[in-house]
Amino acid sequence: MLDKINFYQTGSNTVGNRLLNPAMRSIQASVDRPNSLISGHRACQGCGEALGARYAIDAAMRATNGQIMVVNATGCLEVFSTPYPESAWRLPWVHSLFGNTAAVGSGLAAAAKIRAMKNGDTNVPRIIAQGGDGGTTDIGFGPLSGMFERNDDVLYICYDNEAYMNTGVQRSSATPPAARTATTQLVGEHPGADWGRGKSVPLIAMAHGIPYVATATVADLRDLEAKVTRAMSFHGARYIQVLVPCPLGWGLKSNSTVTVARAAMESGFFPVFEAEYGKITSVRKIRQKQPVLNFLKMQRRYAHLTGKKADPNVVARLQALCDTNIKNFGLLGDDEPNGVPTAIQAYERSNRV
Amino acid sequence: MLRQIEGSLGVAQAVALCRPGVVCAYPISPQTHIVENVGKFVKTGALKDCDFLNVESEFSAISVAIGSAAGGCRTYTATASQGLLYMAEGIYSASGLGLPIVMTVASRAIGGPINIWNDHSDSLSQRDSGWLQLFCESNQDAVDTHIMAFKIAEKVGLPVMVCMDGFVLTHAFERLDIPSQEQIDEFLPPYEPREYLTTKEPVSIGAMVGPEAFTEVRFLQQRKMAKALKVIEEVTAEYRKLTGSKSGGLLECYNCENADLKLIIMGSTVGTAKDEIDRLKKEGINVGIISLKSFRPFPYEAMRQAIGDTKQVICLERAFSFGGRGIICPEVKRAMEGTNCDIKTAVCGLGGRAIYGTTINAMVKHALAGKFTEEFTWFDVDSNVLNSYTKNAEGVTFPEGPLGASQLEASVKHA
Repeated sequence: MLDKINFYQTGSNTVGNRLLNPAMRSIQASVDRPNSLISGHRACQGCGEALGARYAIDAAMRATNGQIMVVNATGCLEVFSTPYPESAWRLPWVHSLFGNTAAVGSGLAAAAKIRAMKNGDTNVPRIIAQGGDGGTTDIGFGPLSGMFERNDDVLYICYDNEAYMNTGVQRSSATPPAARTATTQLVGEHPGADWGRGKSVPLIAMAHGIPYVATATVADLRDLEAKVTRAMSFHGARYIQVLVPCPLGWGLKSNSTVTVARAAMESGFFPVFEAEYGKITSVRKIRQKQPVLNFLKMQRRYAHLTGKKADPNVVARLQALCDTNIKNFGLLGDDEPNGVPTAIQAYERSNRV
Repeated sequence: MLRQIEGSLGVAQAVALCRPGVVCAYPISPQTHIVENVGKFVKTGALKDCDFLNVESEFSAISVAIGSAAGGCRTYTATASQGLLYMAEGIYSASGLGLPIVMTVASRAIGGPINIWNDHSDSLSQRDSGWLQLFCESNQDAVDTHIMAFKIAEKVGLPVMVCMDGFVLTHAFERLDIPSQEQIDEFLPPYEPREYLTTKEPVSIGAMVGPEAFTEVRFLQQRKMAKALKVIEEVTAEYRKLTGSKSGGLLECYNCENADLKLIIMGSTVGTAKDEIDRLKKEGINVGIISLKSFRPFPYEAMRQAIGDTKQVICLERAFSFGGRGIICPEVKRAMEGTNCDIKTAVCGLGGRAIYGTTINAMVKHALAGKFTEEFTWFDVDSNVLNSYTKNAEGVTFPEGPLGASQLEASVKHA
């Protein structure tokens, strides 16, 4: 009977939890949710990363009956959750360095397996390694690729807020073109981040042929929960990149984190999909297509594109970038993409967007 | 059991006897043969319940070791030279987290210029990293020290570097007495960490510590180092009693009774020096050798006792501090503070330059003739090689023989 219900509340485009049967409801809606990342931590108001991490880790806890151990990269999530002598984590958690999270995860997974083997324990804890985009796509990239190629039993979650926020909003290889950061300032002939830089780590992860790769955003938390749950059904190396807007770094109102994440998804700016063993298996379709301007105008990092002195050509290029994503990933219509899409940076570099 | 085998194979067998749960490997000469052999033992099943990971860099090797040790497994890896430097960030993380990892450093020079041969610049570059650093004078010492290292690390709650000279020891075939599995099982029970990551009792490890407690964290780490001095001696005594070995300890004295001069040496050069000292004794020259086994923690008290009332000490150093002087000598001076003992550095054997019996002989005679007039001497420097550059480039020439630091400094003033 579920298909007769209108899930999406008028205007908000969010699923009404109360309309679902209990089994389909969000884990966060449950009174006995794991609360792995408990309240009282020092994240900023409206922090997308805290939101994403809470949903992701609780979903993994639910999927494994509480058998999760976490390795955390240096960064906001680490700093705001564990200022000694406090910890907001209600599960086994370790932080070592900025760039070695995936490798620490590999070691921890090996130890969990061996300890269980030595003790004759059939219950082997599962490992999640997590970090921001700087710790994942830049400094931690070598160990991440190593963890992938060894197919170590680790789920790596990248909370992507498109810059180094903890150090004061510097550009990373996940920073999109024309965005203002502290190292790509709004000065000179081409304000903001350069075009034709960066990389798509989800596509690179897929090229390793690992069991599971997905992207998600904090605008569709049920989708994030489903993907983490799906990821935990596999053994081996898995990767999820979650778009987590940063009010401080992006220049957002702290109540618009979810709205801007939705605009990123619905404009095609951030394609949401999942892949198994190198092949795309599902694409999260755009429900109400939005122009990229809707996404840009909420953020001060793009203020130069929406004010009086804005260069319409740059907005047009960003729109073309979104349109290319929509075409490549099949974000509109019923078709799934045929083959593996090309990284958007390729289009930027060939000046096709 | 006595066997004539390569040092690296001996160390691999020693590691396997300790039943590690996780071993990770990244190739760098000259430690490769050790992990190759451990990997083989895992694959043949000779070493059971052990995960052997081939990782993509030394940075990941130490990081896998960190994860494994935090997960409560006995953990081993090996590295050298550039690899140790590439690990450096993780080296500090491992000691700060108090993880009892055991790692071989097959000591090798650091580039540039790239050089694969033995000196101590790699291990000594990590002097202040919070790891115990135990040096081995022979392959038998290396075999035994690795086994003791696991027990020491786990008792102290700090990681241990076992430093064995690259090639000179790792690739040398010697007669080795490898203990039996029964002996080691008795000596080293299964590892039971005091605290580790488990879903049964969740803990957070590696929190951010600010100015309000950071000094105290460091104080407690230093306290572990102080404890380590005692633990090294206890574990050595226990091991020697069990196996009859003469390995380990904080330092070892050779021919130190009534010696006119004492040489302080770390690593394989001790063996060369012992032979030469025996020859010198026949000439009526009485020289003692202090083989420094534990560089970190530095055994100040044991060193003071070992030197005793000897008035002249030469530290044979295979690394030095750029813009400074020796690395071992200042430690020995601290140990001898308030005495009139004359302590000097003789740097030699850098980047694999061989230290022969004749080198030791010349060093002893140089010392007894009162020719070590400066704290720091380049003992085996080849002035022909130097002059081939400085003469044409700057019109500077150096005389033959050992060069004191002042000769280097004066040459800059004239240039």
